[in-house]
Amino acid sequence: MIQIRDLHKYFGTLHVLKGIDLDVDKGEVLSVIGASGSGKSTLLYCINGLEPIQQGSVEVDGTDVHAKGTDINKLRQQLGMVFQQWNSFPHLTALENVALAPKIVKGKSKAEAREIAAQQLKHVGLGEKLDVYPSALSGGQQQRLAIARALAMEPEYMLFDEATSALDPELVGEVLETMRMLAEEGMTMICVTHEMGFARDVSDRVAFFHQGVMEEIGPPAQIFGDAQSEHTRKFLANVR
Amino acid sequence: MEPTISFFSGFTPNDLLFLGEAALRTLWISVLSISIGTVLGVFFGWILFEGKWAAALTVAPVLDIFRSVPLIIQLVLFYNFAPIVGLNLDPFASGVVILTIYTAALVANVARGGIEAVGTPMRRAARSLGMSYWQDLRHVVLPIGGRAVFPAWVGVALGVMKDSALVSVLGYVELLKASQILITRTQEPFLILSIAGAFYFALSYPISRYAASLEKRWAQ
Ligand SMILES: Nc1ncnc2c1ncn2[C@@H]1O[C@H](COP(=O)(O)OP(=O)(O)OP(=O)(O)O)[C@@H](O)[C@H]1O
Ligand SMILES: [Mg+2]
Repeated sequence: MIQIRDLHKYFGTLHVLKGIDLDVDKGEVLSVIGASGSGKSTLLYCINGLEPIQQGSVEVDGTDVHAKGTDINKLRQQLGMVFQQWNSFPHLTALENVALAPKIVKGKSKAEAREIAAQQLKHVGLGEKLDVYPSALSGGQQQRLAIARALAMEPEYMLFDEATSALDPELVGEVLETMRMLAEEGMTMICVTHEMGFARDVSDRVAFFHQGVMEEIGPPAQIFGDAQSEHTRKFLANVR
Repeated sequence: MEPTISFFSGFTPNDLLFLGEAALRTLWISVLSISIGTVLGVFFGWILFEGKWAAALTVAPVLDIFRSVPLIIQLVLFYNFAPIVGLNLDPFASGVVILTIYTAALVANVARGGIEAVGTPMRRAARSLGMSYWQDLRHVVLPIGGRAVFPAWVGVALGVMKDSALVSVLGYVELLKASQILITRTQEPFLILSIAGAFYFALSYPISRYAASLEKRWAQ
């Protein structure tokens, strides 16, 4: 489980996260929504240690992410992350993209790593594209490649940072479909998203962020039907 | 009987051999300087990228000096002043030292550009997979950044090869110096400079062809 306690994050003097308390249970799907600049991406970066924090703590399965002695590279293997920009490694084929980290980080043999990679690529519907370079893939395919690449490390958790925001509208569906499939398989997921349909249908809980504060968190029915916070209602009225 | 003929048409097949050998010396001093200089330059480029203001105050100005002072001045100064501090280097070694530093200074900027070209998002993606800083550098930054700046590096390498002609001022008999010797003897500057030019071309053309084919392969 992920436990966040009184998390404060500053960029210089800019106070970006102002005391976040949040627990995410195994198997849960949490969607994070909120206006641009409210600190959603920063929250994910603080969870997997890509950004340092200034106060509070983040624990993943009991390990303090930001403690000095923590082997962050090891911990990150538990935390797959998918970004808005898919960041495929352009010099590697789809298969090599996915096989690289299992090979060099986990020390799998080349054959094993390729086996895992082929399996994960099939899993996200790219079984036909193993030997294709990313430049020959569509944005949606590259984002699914990024999902397969993260899954190949066999993470316990998946963090999605607006995985569909950079995609052409007609490609959004295939990526959401893949995310939905992972959710059904029981993956624990934190999804920063602007896709309200996805947040409503797929998540167990939805968190609304407003200016660095988690204003409200609850089941989709509450957030979308009976929001307690004025800010939540305003935000939802504007995106719909 | 005909001293003028032997004096003006003194270019013999042997002289061609002489030029060929000199071309090999050009090749040798270039290969040496470019390889060592590239390794050093990549290291300096990494320091420039990571070192922030500390590097901006130390490494950067030194590299700037070597990049902006004309090579011929560096060569002459180094060759004449090194003995004062107890370094007795022959023209070849002096040439290698200066050409290497000069290459490193040029490559440092190219390498820094390469690292910058990879960008933070790509590197965060690599780190998010559990790669260490060094694994990211080796398996992501090096291949992606390296390819991005490869054409610039080829430009530096070909430039250094041509500039190696300046080592002739120290008396090292490479291609240009050999040509001058033959011109003095044969009084056939046009012929000999043409041959020397052809040698330079023969040295660099395969490199640019090979580079172009590599780029084409990577572009797919
Ligand atoms: N590396 C950084 N340096 C300085 N400020 C930053 C940095 N990253 C983010 N910020 C600032 O922190 C605030 C929160 O940014 P964040 O990216 O977390 O917002 P977000 O909720 O993800 O927004 P969006 O929907 O636009 O992605 C913003 O004001 C942003 O400008
Ligand atoms: Mg964001």
